[in-house]
This record gives sequence, structure tokens and C-alpha cells, in this order.
Amino acid sequence: MKYAYFLGCITPNRYAGIEASTRKVFKEFDIECVEVPGASCCPAPGVFGSFDLKTWLTIAARNLAIAEEQECDMTLTCNGCYGTLQEANHLLQENPHLVEMVNEILAEEGHQYKGTIQVKHCVEILHNVVGLDTIKEHIKKPLDGIKVAVHYGCHFLKPSEVRGQGSSERPRLVDELVDATGAESVDYKDKIVCCGAGGGVRTRDLEKSLLFTLDKVNNANAVGADCILDICAFCHLQMDVGQTELRDKFGKEFENIPILFYTQLLGLAMGFTPDELGINMHQIPMSDKILQI
Amino acid sequence: MEFVDEIIETGGPILGTEHIESLRVCMQCGKCTGGCPSGRLTAIRTRKLVLEALLNMRDEVLSSDELWLCTTCYTCYERCPRNVKVTDITRTIRNIAAKEGYLALSHRMASSYVVKTGHAVPINDANKENRKKLGLPEVPPTTHTYKEALQGIQSLVKKTGFDELIGFDWETMNLKE
Repeated sequence: MKYAYFLGCITPNRYAGIEASTRKVFKEFDIECVEVPGASCCPAPGVFGSFDLKTWLTIAARNLAIAEEQECDMTLTCNGCYGTLQEANHLLQENPHLVEMVNEILAEEGHQYKGTIQVKHCVEILHNVVGLDTIKEHIKKPLDGIKVAVHYGCHFLKPSEVRGQGSSERPRLVDELVDATGAESVDYKDKIVCCGAGGGVRTRDLEKSLLFTLDKVNNANAVGADCILDICAFCHLQMDVGQTELRDKFGKEFENIPILFYTQLLGLAMGFTPDELGINMHQIPMSDKILQI
Repeated sequence: MEFVDEIIETGGPILGTEHIESLRVCMQCGKCTGGCPSGRLTAIRTRKLVLEALLNMRDEVLSSDELWLCTTCYTCYERCPRNVKVTDITRTIRNIAAKEGYLALSHRMASSYVVKTGHAVPINDANKENRKKLGLPEVPPTTHTYKEALQGIQSLVKKTGFDELIGFDWETMNLKE
């Protein structure tokens, strides 16, 4: 089994631990990650999609075309990348006139979008292809007693008619993946609400975007969660760097909470060390409880 | 031309005419505003933006700050009882605002990084170091490694006119002004 691992921007350029942990975990399940050489920014759905839809679609088609050249489906570790590439792939597969439009531009660089692959988020592969039973068989250190506040992020689930992940109000997929590690996914207020980063809000109005994050952090702490768990490099940055920004730039007071990406949590349960998973490279330090797993 | 028609003409060719045309059937129930996470915390009122678009209040909509407070979370889109594709309509209206010169400097900057490097968030020395410690190639195998791929992105944005849209100066390789 192999997937073309589309890296995007934030995973390789800010949170290499997400990339390293995903590669390590996939390898344990005999999943080969091949590169998408010369890939660029996805580009972000609510940012570049808000500026110029044609440019957004064409850059996305270019990334998809390079993945197609690797002759396998694409995987990724950011909901922004997933939002853009899954949506663009859907639009292109449904509309031949769009394929013609993007290919005319891509021809100069020698690429051609054909519509031959699917875009699969890494957690979809773990849940639907590897499966919960196989994951459980690979757990060496069950995360008993660890309470996890799952943050799905918006673009993994919505628009649900395009994403096809089931209910966008009461999703279960990531909770089941967390429970498979032995940890407990706990309910908390506004669990499916946005981290605040998307749509260009973080870039244009940092303080307002962090108000979402502050609520997230307080709501997760209120139920005694040991960490917030995400499946998106951009949510991850917003909630990890965001906590330092909330304190240092905006003088907010709150209790820190560590942020983990799913393959980092799973990696710990599979016996990898925090250093191998890049967990100590985060802005918000891990608690002793997590480090002693 | 009515503003509604302009919105449909802008978003329709990419996102689908019927999709964007859903704007016309809004009944102003306010469910979009009620569920909007940004609306809880900021001045954005989604129902009002849609109403103003329908009332042909082009300048008010395009010049408003609220237009840019949507995080594109798609909650309104999911919950709209009339299936108005609110978030995609918002993205489309922003496309028109961008053409009219309402792009924020911070957004033009983020765009300029894509033109310069292929990435909105490019690599830096600290993260090269982190990559090395994790046993990953110091520079990822993206436009950061392949110069011809970066040239591919640069010629792409020239063809779509994105360089003009953000005011990119190819001589200084920076934003104009």
C-alpha cells in the first residue's frame, strides 16, 4: 500500500514532528509514503479561495497532477490541504470545462490533471483502511488514564456533502481512533467549533482569531483534559503558538494545555519516544503525565 | 448589473452557477448568524451580509471589515434550511472585493510568499534544524527543493493574473509600494 504524501506548508515548515510521526506510524502499518516532488502550498481554501478562485483551483490542480504522476492516492496531514485538494479534485472530476481550463495553464510546466486519484486524510486511512483492530494490535503502551479533548477542525468534516465523512455535528471517526490507543476521548463544550485560524482571519486579525482559541483551551481545561488532539497542522499551529500569543501579546490568563496531532498520540502508544515524534518541539510543553507514557 | 448577478457570474464558473445562485432563495431566517462561531466573538452578521448582497448594496458589502471575519468553518452552509451555499458565496464576494482593491496588506504579504517561495508559510532555519533532528531531509521535497517547480508556480500566477491582483513587483520580487 502506498500514498503520495502531500506536505503543504505548515507540516514540513513549522511542525516537522507531525510529518515524522505520520511517516513512522504509517511505516509500522506497511504503508509507504512517496513524495510529491515540487509540490507547493495547497493553496489554503479560505485564504486563496477567497482571493481568486481560478488561481486557487489551478494551483490545487497542479499539486494533484504531480501526485497523479506517482500513480497512487494522495494523503495529507492538514485540514486546509484536505479542504482544498479534496474539493478541487471533486470540482475537477465533475466538470470537464474546469479540467480544460487548468490543463491549458499546466501544460507549460508539462503537467496534466487527469482525475485518476483520490485524496485521503491520514486519519481516514488509519480508520478505514488500516482499521481499529489492527491499530489496537500495534499498541505497546496503552494510554490508560489520558483524557483527550478531540478537535476535528472544520474542513475535515464540512461541507459534508463533498467530504463524505458523515455527520458534521456529531462525528465519531477521530474519537474512535483515540479510544483505540487506550486513551479516553472526553466530551467538552463546543467540541466541533472552529479553532479560529481559517478563512484568512489569523493572518488579517490575529487577536480576534485567538478568541476562538482561548475558548477552546478553556473548554478543554474545564473538563480536565490532558491535551487537545487535532488532525490539522494549521489548527495545531493556531492552538500551540496561539497560547503563547494569547499570553505574550494580548495578556490573557489561562491554564496551558498541550496540543498533540493524532499520529503523535498514536506514536506514543505504539512505543515511539517523545523525541522521535517531535513532541518536545512544541511551544506548549507536554505535561509529565504525557511524557511518562 | 445587479450585485447578485455579479456574484453568480464570478463564482459560478468555478463553483457552479446553481450553487452560487442559491443566494436568491435566502428567507432571512438568521440560522446562519445564530450558529456562526465568529458571530459570537466578532461583529460579523452573516444574515445581514446576505441581505445586503440581495439589496444590491455592493459598496457596503465590499468595503466591510465583517466580510473578512468569516473563518470559512461552513457551519452556516451545513445548517441553512434553504441550502444557501453561504460560505462559498462569502468566498465569491471576497473575490470581487479583492479585485476592487480591498485585499488587506497582511493577505497580500501571505500571497507574496507563495509567489516568492511556493509556500504561504516558508521554511526557516529553526525548522530546518528540527527537521534534521527528526531524521527528515533538512529542506522538504517541495518547491523549496525544486527550483523549476517554483518557476512553474511563478508562471502559473502570471497566467491567472494573481501577481497583478496582489500587486507583486517582479523586479524587486516584493509587493509594490
